Amino acid sequence: MVRFHLRLCNGGSARQYEQVWKSGPLRAASSGPKREPAVRPCVPRWLKPERETSQRSAKAPLFHGAARLLAAVLIAFTSFVNPSAAQVTPDRLIHSAKEPHNWLTYSGDYSGRRYSLLDQINTVNARTLTAKWVYQTAATGKLETTPLVVDGIMYATAQDDRAFALDARTGRPIWMYQRELPSDIRPCCGRVNRGLAMLGDKVFVGTLDAHVIALDAKTGNVIWDVIAADYQKGYSFTVALLAVKNLIVIGVSGGEYGIRGFIDAYDASTGKRKWRFYTVPGPGEPGHDSWEGDSWKVGGAPAWNTGTYDPATDQIFWPTGNPSPSNRGEGRAGDNLYSNSLLALNADTGKLNWYFQFTRHDEHDWDATQVPILIDSGGKSLIAQANRNGFFYVLDRTTGKLLFANPYGKITWSDSKDADGRPVAKKDASPTLEGHTVCPGALGTTNFMAPTYDPQTNLFYVTARDQCDIFSTAPQPYEAGHAYYGSAYFPSEDAEPYRGFLKAIDPVTGEIKWKFEHTSPTWSGVLSTAGGLVFTGDAEGNFIAMDAASGRVLWHFQMGGAVYAAPMAFAVDGREYVAIAAGSAIYAFGLP
Amino acid sequence: MRTATVLLLLLTGTVGTAQNPLANDPKAAKAGEYEFRINCALCHGLGARGGGRGPDLTRAQKRFARTDAEMFQVISNGIPGTAMPANGTNGQGVGMTDEEIWQIITYIRSVEVKAPARPLGNAAHGKELFYGDANCSLCHMVAGKGGRFGPDLSSVGGSRTREAIIDSVRHPSHRLAWGLTEATKEFPQEYETIMVVTANGKEIKGVALDEDNFTVQMMDQNDQIHLLEKDQLRSFKKSRESMMPKYTSDLLSDKDLEDIVSFLVSVGAK
Repeated sequence: MVRFHLRLCNGGSARQYEQVWKSGPLRAASSGPKREPAVRPCVPRWLKPERETSQRSAKAPLFHGAARLLAAVLIAFTSFVNPSAAQVTPDRLIHSAKEPHNWLTYSGDYSGRRYSLLDQINTVNARTLTAKWVYQTAATGKLETTPLVVDGIMYATAQDDRAFALDARTGRPIWMYQRELPSDIRPCCGRVNRGLAMLGDKVFVGTLDAHVIALDAKTGNVIWDVIAADYQKGYSFTVALLAVKNLIVIGVSGGEYGIRGFIDAYDASTGKRKWRFYTVPGPGEPGHDSWEGDSWKVGGAPAWNTGTYDPATDQIFWPTGNPSPSNRGEGRAGDNLYSNSLLALNADTGKLNWYFQFTRHDEHDWDATQVPILIDSGGKSLIAQANRNGFFYVLDRTTGKLLFANPYGKITWSDSKDADGRPVAKKDASPTLEGHTVCPGALGTTNFMAPTYDPQTNLFYVTARDQCDIFSTAPQPYEAGHAYYGSAYFPSEDAEPYRGFLKAIDPVTGEIKWKFEHTSPTWSGVLSTAGGLVFTGDAEGNFIAMDAASGRVLWHFQMGGAVYAAPMAFAVDGREYVAIAAGSAIYAFGLP
Repeated sequence: MRTATVLLLLLTGTVGTAQNPLANDPKAAKAGEYEFRINCALCHGLGARGGGRGPDLTRAQKRFARTDAEMFQVISNGIPGTAMPANGTNGQGVGMTDEEIWQIITYIRSVEVKAPARPLGNAAHGKELFYGDANCSLCHMVAGKGGRFGPDLSSVGGSRTREAIIDSVRHPSHRLAWGLTEATKEFPQEYETIMVVTANGKEIKGVALDEDNFTVQMMDQNDQIHLLEKDQLRSFKKSRESMMPKYTSDLLSDKDLEDIVSFLVSVGAK
């Protein structure tokens, strides 16, 4: 297989780039103290461990105060960090709160809360936000990437397995990689990619032809390339990977092709696979009897969205998707474990500690792949997920026990709960040959769009839609590498117009505190920041800043392309930026 | 775009003459029905009777593909300039095999109305009504002639069933916008009715040309375009009650309506 990557910057090499960087303008923060330009470690020595341990969302006020101070000092400080020295260590990932100017993982930190500690942009000045730069990826289709920023360099991906590094101050490219993909790849839902992971001096990408690759962070050169699965059987990767310790964790896509889902962990240095957890148990394994006959072999349960990690218990929480065929339960009687579940896996071994299945024996394509967010509240270690099936679930993340499940959108599929409080499907919710209307529709109340949790407001923000569909079965034989839906869905003829919202949910009670209704449903994720803001995008191309407490719109900008990605925040040279992908470009915004 | 489709018509007229290996095979038709549901029905509707944006395929006289070989070409390659994608390019993976495409064609043939689509009415009289007494052309355009306020109906005869057109005339608000979902949101204009009061108290009523969270672009009944920022308005209301008058059978007889439909079919199905 031939691969190529382009070097930009006038064809310059990494060495030239470093020179350019070092001689480039170093602007001190306008409000921050001047320091002499010198190469320094990323974390100042005076940073006391007490501060680290105090950084728990349960102690929001203290956390906030300390974080503000830290952020201010660190923003000023980062002007002089030598980017070439950057090595993203596992320790940096665990203590990402110490470097709020960086965005080190898909969700910003291991808890998955997509919350930035930066507060330079805040409710007072958000109305003055302005576009700082735009980077055109030239990719077509849906741009779903969340960029990473590490010490002044932005790393991001785009469709058809592009990856690139940009000067985060200007959007100018440093290198670009584009994979030469075979013509017969099998992405279910667009040739998309949601982002990458960084560890050491490498960035990691999962590819549409089901490889995991490591690229040199300075050049984009391929360091290693391993085959995870056979793309011709419907396996692919679209997920942003998660770096944990020295491992790169990734979940597979392909729930529309009758794959057998898995979550893998690779040694970041060598690409050697360290463990694999099959999300559909094989013969003799617990859960295997939740599948009828041989249906497990093509049982789906992909794992195509990024999980979270709790260093305190060394557990990875990874959500899984629909059983195959997605909308036809006939032939796969049983709960179909571990489809549509949250899995708690031991980070070192990939062994299952506990699981919680949101939708048993799913027949509506309600993947449970939404990012599960770790929340510490009232002395409890919780994990919360706004599920595609329309319920907001909060679990004890130590035990996997459900605390409550509340609807946060229009649902008709369930009107009762079992003894554990889990919503139970109504008998007549199943698709029929003639078609049967069920809410939410196949796209779900939410989908892959990343939610956010703001420890200041103690609210969980999620993009939601109210939409119902007619679900109709369409029996279809399994054929390796061919779409295996077993179903079809249609807009209901007398359907209400679909409605789209941003909803702010209290994760303690499940109550919706406020909602903002969009003109039409959006696929944008959400970011919250210590500046008291939430940021989101809309289907018509607007990027919007709202007051996190009330949902009041403070600022908006028309980007000219629909949003399928989630925002993130970073700082360089003492200036905070908020970035998001829209249309085929990445936009960065900041104060004038 | 219209030039492109006409060109394509000319081109598709010359494609090969491959035979459908599964023609008239009832088993293939059944398999094709399921394939159709999965791959085609979102736009062409259950039973191939037309949907949000795809034409009714039970109509014997098809605009872009008359022979099985032409149908195979259209399904394989799509129709440039229209919403019809090439097989395998809709982001849903590798697409259908040749056999599956032939199954779908066999299915479509099995549900086709066998008689050639013979216009039931008098198209010439329909044209007179359209541009005359029925007042359709005050708001609708056909082939470049007519009003701007409502949708252009030049191709509606080729893409909607006769029943759907009649329903739209008799009950304009029933399915105001055919695009209720993104998949069918082909045009930003959904013809929702917009009523605003501007800051200086001016009332404007018209149809939405486009709308986002903060702005609205609308046309009033004098074809005047208004570009408005929502937060500058005293009030903003929208409604899915169409501004098109409801043509009851008192206003327009069944026979006259049939003539107008025939006119639209004679133009649109060309």
